[in-house]
Amino acid sequence: MSAIELSNVTLTFAGRPVLSNITLAVRDHEFVGVLGPNGSGKTTLMRAILGLVPLRTGTIRVLGRPVATGNPAVGYLPQMRGLLDTMRLSGWDFVASGINGHRWGLPLSGAAGRREVGWALEMVQAQDLARRPLAEISGGERQRLLLAQALLGRPRLLLLDEPLISLDPHHQRAVVELVRELQRELNIAVLFSAHEINPLLGALDRVLYLGGGQAALGTVDEVITGPVLSKLYGSPIDVVHLNGGIFVMAGCLHVERDAHRHAHAGRHVHV
Amino acid sequence: MRTPDAMFTYDFMQNAFAAAGIVAVVSGLVGFFLVLRAQTFAGHALSHVGFAGATGAVLVGLPPLWGLVALTLAAGIGMGFLGERLHQRDVAIGIVLAMSLGCGLLFLHFFTAYATQATALLFGNILGVDAETIWTLLGLGIVAVTALGAISRPLLFASLQPELAEAKGVSLRFVSVLFLAVVALAVAECAQIVGVLLVFALMVGPAAAAQQCTLRFWHGIALAVVLALAEAWLGLVLAFITDWPTSFWITTLSGGVYLLASLTRNLPTLRYRPRP
Repeated sequence: MSAIELSNVTLTFAGRPVLSNITLAVRDHEFVGVLGPNGSGKTTLMRAILGLVPLRTGTIRVLGRPVATGNPAVGYLPQMRGLLDTMRLSGWDFVASGINGHRWGLPLSGAAGRREVGWALEMVQAQDLARRPLAEISGGERQRLLLAQALLGRPRLLLLDEPLISLDPHHQRAVVELVRELQRELNIAVLFSAHEINPLLGALDRVLYLGGGQAALGTVDEVITGPVLSKLYGSPIDVVHLNGGIFVMAGCLHVERDAHRHAHAGRHVHV
Repeated sequence: MRTPDAMFTYDFMQNAFAAAGIVAVVSGLVGFFLVLRAQTFAGHALSHVGFAGATGAVLVGLPPLWGLVALTLAAGIGMGFLGERLHQRDVAIGIVLAMSLGCGLLFLHFFTAYATQATALLFGNILGVDAETIWTLLGLGIVAVTALGAISRPLLFASLQPELAEAKGVSLRFVSVLFLAVVALAVAECAQIVGVLLVFALMVGPAAAAQQCTLRFWHGIALAVVLALAEAWLGLVLAFITDWPTSFWITTLSGGVYLLASLTRNLPTLRYRPRP
């Protein structure tokens, strides 16, 4: 069974097509890095897999079933927002708000819920963070709490939207390694979107590269190549291997690094 | 200067304590979520919209409380439907707020017999609350608190993690509309005690102070209610002793407690200690 199956899927964002007629399958227990320039549809694709975006054409199957919102088997880490910067609430309460958070009534987590929160925090080694206010923890620590929240309900598929954004290289590596460990230990499928391939090298099984309404899924060596990326970007792209890193260049411009800088300026990148 | 021992021999003081108690509990509970969601300005604006409703009701011969409730409720639901589009629209909210006060002024102008009504609506008239109003406040309060209880779980989730909540099947718009309807009821109640201009003191002050003192959700909720009750009742006592306006004392206490809470947060000895 595939974790995600897309057949002839077309997606639009704000009336503009972002993905056209995509067919691909992500295998069970697979770590897939999702890359592509801003606006290539990384977030829109994840939201479509969560059932939050209507499909213009085609079908999506998630873990063998037609896509639907509220699937407890799918965990999600949305892109970081500024709101949490001022939140005077403990990390524990933040994570625990995800326990049956969709049900009506009072936000009581119950004994089973508290055990589940404890388990999720332990999985990401964030027990200490749980006692501190959200407003006072670093970006990398916050991502661990968000990851713990995504693990509630023991999902079999994790969708992580730009968890490396605004982290320094050291913390980027820590987050990638943590996700890789979780993915192996829990034996789940992971979709991990990022602006740059390099932090993910060594951790991912395959790459899903989006661009120009198209998508390419394969190993790093198959996808991160001049011909494939030139087609996705719609302009000549060179791929340079240097010191174990991969650099995607358009002429003398470092494309991925540039896109990253762009995201910082925009803060709310929602595509 | 009076001594407080004779306080409860007066009917109007008994009524005032009952009304302030009901409203403080509602305000503390609703205010906690309002502060958590960073929607305090929306609450402030709703109270000003209520002023137009109250004065309009007086003009057509209805009780002002009903006009207040009707218009804040309509505005709250409207704001909830606009939802995301209203985010960061402080200018738009502020203009509606000013327009509402202007309309209220016009309605008062047409009905000059109620000149004292203006002060009562703007700054509160807790000592003038009658038994019938207490029952109305209790009824509205029960509706508001019950509704808040019913939505509090998805509301908390949606406030902290809107995208994730949406993915898990929470309708953000529905929760937002219901919450602002609850806020509208609380604002209308609150305006009875401290007036439309000072709703912030009872709705926002105690909840904001509570969030400075504790990081735990339930502790914060409980503390917000306790602070709101203490500020409202102590304000009444002080007003009785000094014969100064109750709203002055409540706003002063609210501001003082918030200031104190913000200052003590930086003292290491009083900081939150985790459960073992």
